[in-house]
Amino acid sequence: MMRLPSFRLLSPRSMDDVTVALADDPASTRLVAGGTDLLPNMKRRHQSAKTLVSLRRVEALRGIQGDGSSEVRIGAGTTLAEICRSDVVKSAYPGLHEAVSSIASPLLRNMGTLGGNLCLDTRCSYYNQTEEWREAIGYCMKECGDVCWVAPGSSRCWATSSTDAAPLLVALGARVKLDSVRGSRVIPLEDLYADDGIAYLTKERDEILTEVLLPSSDKTKTTYLKLRRRGSIDFPVLGVGVALVQDDAGGVEDVSILLGAVRSQPTRAKAAEDRLRGGALDDDAIAEAAQLARKPAAPLENTDFLARWRGAMVEKFVARALTSLRGR
Amino acid sequence: MSDYSLEGQSPGGRRQDLKLIGKAYRRVDGPAKVTGQTVFADDYTAPRMVFMKLKRSHLPHARIVGIDVEKALAMSGVVGVLTGRDMPDTFGILPVSQDEHALCPDVVRFVGDPVVAVAALTEDEAEEAMRAIVVDYEPLPTIGSVQEALNTPEPRLHEYGDEGNVHKRITMEFGDVEAALKDADLILEDDFFYEGNTHLPMEQHATVAVPEPDGKVTLYSSTQTPHYLHKALTKVLGLKASHIRVIAAPNGGGFGGKSDPFNHEICAAKMALKLGRPVKITLTREEVFYCHRGRHPVQMHMKTGFTKDGRLVAQHLQTALDGGAYGSYGVASTYYTGALQTVTYKLPKYRFDSIRCFTNKPPCGPKRGHGTPQPRFGWEVQLDKAAHALGLDPAQLRLKNLVEPGEVTANWLKVGSIGLRKCIEAVVEGSGWNERYGKLPFGRGLGLACSSYLTGAGLPIYWNHMPHSGAQLKLDRSGGVALFCGETEIGQGSDTVIAACVAEVLGIGLDDIRLCVADTDLTPVDLGSYSSRVTIMAGNASIQAAERAKELIAEAVAQRLDVPKGRLVFADHRVFDAGDPETGMSWQEAVQCAESLHGTLGTTGSYTPPRSPGRYRGAGVGPSPAYSYSACVVEVEVDPDTGLMRVEHVWMAHDVGQCINAASVMGQIEGSIYMGLAEAVMEESAFKRLPKNRSAALVHKIPSMLDYKSPTFLDMPKMSSYVIEDPDPNGPFGAKEVGQGPLLPMPPAVANAVFDAVGVRVDQVPIHPHMILDALAAKAKGRPPRFGPGAFPAFDFGTPLKVPTPDEGGDGKATNPEEAGIRKDQGTMPETSNTGGPRR
Repeated sequence: MMRLPSFRLLSPRSMDDVTVALADDPASTRLVAGGTDLLPNMKRRHQSAKTLVSLRRVEALRGIQGDGSSEVRIGAGTTLAEICRSDVVKSAYPGLHEAVSSIASPLLRNMGTLGGNLCLDTRCSYYNQTEEWREAIGYCMKECGDVCWVAPGSSRCWATSSTDAAPLLVALGARVKLDSVRGSRVIPLEDLYADDGIAYLTKERDEILTEVLLPSSDKTKTTYLKLRRRGSIDFPVLGVGVALVQDDAGGVEDVSILLGAVRSQPTRAKAAEDRLRGGALDDDAIAEAAQLARKPAAPLENTDFLARWRGAMVEKFVARALTSLRGR
Repeated sequence: MSDYSLEGQSPGGRRQDLKLIGKAYRRVDGPAKVTGQTVFADDYTAPRMVFMKLKRSHLPHARIVGIDVEKALAMSGVVGVLTGRDMPDTFGILPVSQDEHALCPDVVRFVGDPVVAVAALTEDEAEEAMRAIVVDYEPLPTIGSVQEALNTPEPRLHEYGDEGNVHKRITMEFGDVEAALKDADLILEDDFFYEGNTHLPMEQHATVAVPEPDGKVTLYSSTQTPHYLHKALTKVLGLKASHIRVIAAPNGGGFGGKSDPFNHEICAAKMALKLGRPVKITLTREEVFYCHRGRHPVQMHMKTGFTKDGRLVAQHLQTALDGGAYGSYGVASTYYTGALQTVTYKLPKYRFDSIRCFTNKPPCGPKRGHGTPQPRFGWEVQLDKAAHALGLDPAQLRLKNLVEPGEVTANWLKVGSIGLRKCIEAVVEGSGWNERYGKLPFGRGLGLACSSYLTGAGLPIYWNHMPHSGAQLKLDRSGGVALFCGETEIGQGSDTVIAACVAEVLGIGLDDIRLCVADTDLTPVDLGSYSSRVTIMAGNASIQAAERAKELIAEAVAQRLDVPKGRLVFADHRVFDAGDPETGMSWQEAVQCAESLHGTLGTTGSYTPPRSPGRYRGAGVGPSPAYSYSACVVEVEVDPDTGLMRVEHVWMAHDVGQCINAASVMGQIEGSIYMGLAEAVMEESAFKRLPKNRSAALVHKIPSMLDYKSPTFLDMPKMSSYVIEDPDPNGPFGAKEVGQGPLLPMPPAVANAVFDAVGVRVDQVPIHPHMILDALAAKAKGRPPRFGPGAFPAFDFGTPLKVPTPDEGGDGKATNPEEAGIRKDQGTMPETSNTGGPRR
């Protein structure tokens, strides 16, 4: 079987101990919560660490507070299964429930956490492979090599953002709290991400994502549609997260449309949002917005399914997401 | 999610004389498996055991220039290494394809080809040492497809084979096909493609080799074929066969992927002998993808003539197989892409051409259905097209052409019982075919397909006159019965089958039988769990051994009770007088009587298949003691907006001859539906190259269980299964196979259902959503409403071997072997040397 390389494991109980451990040697220390992303990656040796800091015993990272009428706080160490079971999430943020329920499989959701899914390493079929396989292609720029094989002329890495939670949470306007020995800061979740397969997170190496803060759900309708091969387990090859606020006449007061798995970060379909904002949510508007949503998507041949088909599906899925929200 | 029905063939319903056979009961290995107590190969351990890893090639084709193991040998815990020099002899499953080395001595032929074996005290140390081994290579040109193999005759991947990088070339003709086609009212010509895929057993291959103090070695391995592994080990290790013992551990799934002798098995044995300590190796999932031996990617060209009322006139089938880097079962696979085209529908004239090419990819071999799902796909889709062209119902078209029981086909295969009519009727009725086919709303569709499969190959892999399967019984005063048989449990339920055969004959329970199986030292030879042969061959051997034991006991009991032997009944753990059931004795007393009369009790049984009528070169592949039949209807929902498809319901009827264990039969049908569905809609062994100006890489695209897509529970349709029992005279209690056949109709039925749903053809599998969308777009633009492969590769097959059909008064021999270039002494499979015939 595939073996894990050796590492030192710390298992602190307090947040202070976590941030101190991180600050000690940020470059070769990694956080591990459920381990469903990091440990397979370490077995395949495309992620490595001298020290792992386990977050399983840090109680402060777990739990969901608030009822949706005002801000809701979800600890980053809350498991995906706990979020799936949350009545608050189900009633106030049904789109988040849809998104989190679609992550991986029930067993993996028992282990995986919200923070883990938001910080999920970007994925690529040239990268998520064993050491031996990557040796066979001469490695890639995300690990050990100097070429992005899915776009060999490119100077950047095009690994795909594959988190299901982020598109919906960004659409909702969620913020995240980052802690370090240097202090705390709260930033919009959208700003946590950068469009680069290697430097896909803007947080510093000594920072830990501790909380996700959801704005009041008042009037906001949400939905998440996920495209993947199978009914379970698979990462998205396309995710569409939409948050919609309608006025009394059914017109679009505000809308956020976020695309997942089509670039190295959750991608805002800004032109589509602009087309809809302030207008009626009729069939024509939806069709035009869906067409506009296709443009910012840059699916490449580094996931399951053909890239050109995934691109064509952006329009279909955005239209479907909007249509389904209109009826709710 | 699923329902099923059993339908007996005899007028009075199912056979009433059988106590156990045919019912649904618990498997003998069930409790251990569901409670986690089964000892699989990876569970074996032994004192002083060390762990082995294989250093595999990271290049697709290269000459080995140097191997540096110094650093690895100096590492903590490392106890030894092996290289190709340690095992210079070749091996391979077929006598004609002895083209593998346990470790590559000079050339590597695909990414994953093993070069060095290293053993260490722990698995971690072995892995670190493996990484420290440095191999220097000189890259060689690579071949990634059949077309590239044809374009690149040099350098050859192997120094044998029919020409260049064509491993095997076949051309044969049964009757004059072109002349017959002149009289056809409709001729269809189609190109089809069936992508390669792999077995994906849950258990990764594992082996533990244990040296013995007297120089012998014992291997515990997850293998489907302990006997053939034993032969390969004998050849490469250079030991006497009697000094090597192979024990096949229960397999956590095989599906054909553990039917070859493998590098890691031979290396483990050699390492154990070298070190004098037990050696374990368990492959990673990625290594299992490299062992492969999975479904060959096959391109097909199929030209078939029909009369206007839908009768078959003749067919010319061409297939091209991408074989990967080694021979494996490939020669047999090549024949199988043509051999069984004739056993479902009466095909009066038939021509078959095929090539198998070497490519720099993991070797292909036998996967469930071995070589036949690919042409079956093309055949059943083309029949659907013919039905539409002729204005006939697809089910009726098939019913019109069924082979008759006992018929000898154009290519000289003798068919036994055939329950296909009942199969078709069952799924037509169950699915509401007559009311719903062609009438569902756009996007919803039904598709029908049928198939047939072997119940065991008629010939062994190496030519000999010995039995294909043997069984041995030991009985004593305890009343316990020990059953020794070389058969291998791979999850298919074969342990239960042989135990049930013996229990039925002797009138005892499954729990009275102690099984000892798949041990080359202790059990009579059985050739292995492949070609759906175990039920018929080990079953018949077990029945013969049990009948002989019954005879010994009956003689003794008849004497003791003073009752004529012929009146004795063995049932319910008793032996008694049929005329007066009170007169009798318990089973244990009966065995004691027999032990008193005869002394120590033991009997044997064996089985050799009947001789097939074909006498031409190539006639060795296709014959079987009995053929199973399946029919299936699939209902799909296709989203014409996205091309996404969901299979909603599958109705599958299978003619199993006679159930041995109805529960296992149902399991096999549902498992076949699963695997067939997987091949129809997602599974594929895809490979990729990088831009050629930057890299010569040629790698498996997705060697992991996450990315090699296989359906989950959520992707499964509702299943309705119909077990049809049309007993075959050659089967044990009339039983035929069920392990492979029901997979075959799934892919074409899905493709046919897509056509019914949205009116476009996808002439290849797996069917991806973009293919449906592309075909719909083509249709919208007035182009042929089809997605599929282009033309069959250009290749000169030369003069076919001509074999007159039975209808033409042929005698099973070819008329022109010299003209067709066949040399007497150079067969690739044993055929014309079939003199004397096997003893029964």
